[in-house]
Amino acid sequence: MESDLFPPADAPKPEDGSRRSFMKLSGGILGLALAPPLVSQAERLTAYSKVLKGATDITLRVNGQAHTVRVEPRVTLLDTLRERLDLTGTKKGCDHGQCGACTVHVNGQRTLSCLTLAVMAQGKEITTIEGLAKGDQLHPMQAAFLKHDGLQCGYCTPGQIMSGVACVKEGHATTDAQCREWMSGNLCRCGAYPNILAAVRDVAGQTAQG
Amino acid sequence: MNDFSYTQAATAKEATALRKDTPTAAYIAGGTTLLDLMKAHLQEHPQLVDINLLPFKGIEQTKDGLRIGALETMSAVGEHPLVVQQFPAVSQSLLLAASPQLRNMASIGGNILQRTRCGYFRDAAFPCNKRVPGSGCPAQTGDNHNLAILGVSESCIANSYPGDFSVALAAFDAVLTLEKGKGKQRQVPLNDFYRLPGNTPHIETVLEPGELIVAITLPNAAHAQSSTYLKVRERSSYAYALASAAVGLDVQGGTIRAARVALGGVGAQPWRSREAERILTGAPATEATFRAAAAAALQGAQPREHNGYKVELAQNTLVRALQQVAA
Repeated sequence: MESDLFPPADAPKPEDGSRRSFMKLSGGILGLALAPPLVSQAERLTAYSKVLKGATDITLRVNGQAHTVRVEPRVTLLDTLRERLDLTGTKKGCDHGQCGACTVHVNGQRTLSCLTLAVMAQGKEITTIEGLAKGDQLHPMQAAFLKHDGLQCGYCTPGQIMSGVACVKEGHATTDAQCREWMSGNLCRCGAYPNILAAVRDVAGQTAQG
Repeated sequence: MNDFSYTQAATAKEATALRKDTPTAAYIAGGTTLLDLMKAHLQEHPQLVDINLLPFKGIEQTKDGLRIGALETMSAVGEHPLVVQQFPAVSQSLLLAASPQLRNMASIGGNILQRTRCGYFRDAAFPCNKRVPGSGCPAQTGDNHNLAILGVSESCIANSYPGDFSVALAAFDAVLTLEKGKGKQRQVPLNDFYRLPGNTPHIETVLEPGELIVAITLPNAAHAQSSTYLKVRERSSYAYALASAAVGLDVQGGTIRAARVALGGVGAQPWRSREAERILTGAPATEATFRAAAAAALQGAQPREHNGYKVELAQNTLVRALQQVAA
């Protein structure tokens, strides 16, 4: 087994610290952005401790925009994105956390939206495949999937791309073996894996070159 | 999923009180196991109590070892420098499990409580003593190719804990801190936490109703620092173990001073093998010693029709893991 699959014992990863500081930062920004503002810890806890039963209004921050939707506690983030917010780029594959088609970013970390309750995603920054491009300008990962033909039927592609973006950002795409291992949560029944790998590695190379 | 009410508990006291009011309520942290089981209607709960605000966080060096909050994620623990340096096998057991997405979500407390992947448990059309006590165990004579061979009973042959992390915890003498309510805590060694199936396979751990896992403590040791987790699967990634081994050796001048061995994928619970450790301790670190230890570890195996291969597979997995650590 290649040693780069695991963090090296001698070199502490910056990952953990930066992730924490990112979450703290985004939490602070969200506190300001969301209505009603989360003024103090005491008020926040009191608000959270109430029992949500039946359809309830919740506010989700998706691709930089706040949306208020009325959902039951059992509704997943995936169904809320697709059925309520018309963000149908995120796909429902297995709906049991086994295929990765529903991958989105929550506070910058790749997450399965099918195993996330919408009520539990409040106060977090959610990014879907629709949030990657800047206007007509594709995200480099989207462009790389086109360049390398990283798909056949395309159903797993949004999840592959969201996972690929995170994989590169985490620093887990530095070799082919490491990239395969850290992309293994996204299945492709067409078997486009060689081209998906090429696309993610291409973007990792661009990032490495600055 | 059937509908349920949802509450985010602000404190452990509030969480345990909510569970006391509604005993059929469930705690939710990452939700990766719970929501999967609820979608399949294998577990039903009228209320979910979100425990993510509880202060069960942090990965800290204590004077005896590491203390890890139960709400830390598999990713955070698996990649943490203290864990990587002092308990490589524990780090590897986490990073070889599930997928990056699931590891970002799943708490390590929830990981310890994940449930079996036995196909008969997971299909409500079949009887299952674990799911419906007394209904029977079709796995005994059915498709049992991935089920357990150690610690099994006539009532159940499931790998009750199918994962990896607790296998490493079993090897390195982890202790769980549990909290029942009113701030009352107790310590339970991981190796006393799981229960063998016997005639009551539906009772899987010693966790009492409403009790929470607060933290995991790992004692420092030379054999923990020199350790590895080897996992053998049907595909090279993102699959449960057919057999796995968490091993640690303290070898000085070619002689094994201390050894820790636990097996995954083959036991009704994470399988600490003190038989193997007895053979290893004080013996030369050679393949002959490792083979003898592996034979001892699997001596009590009770394979069924399709899982006999696991006896040899687990032995070879253990030997290779020991060779890797001794090298």
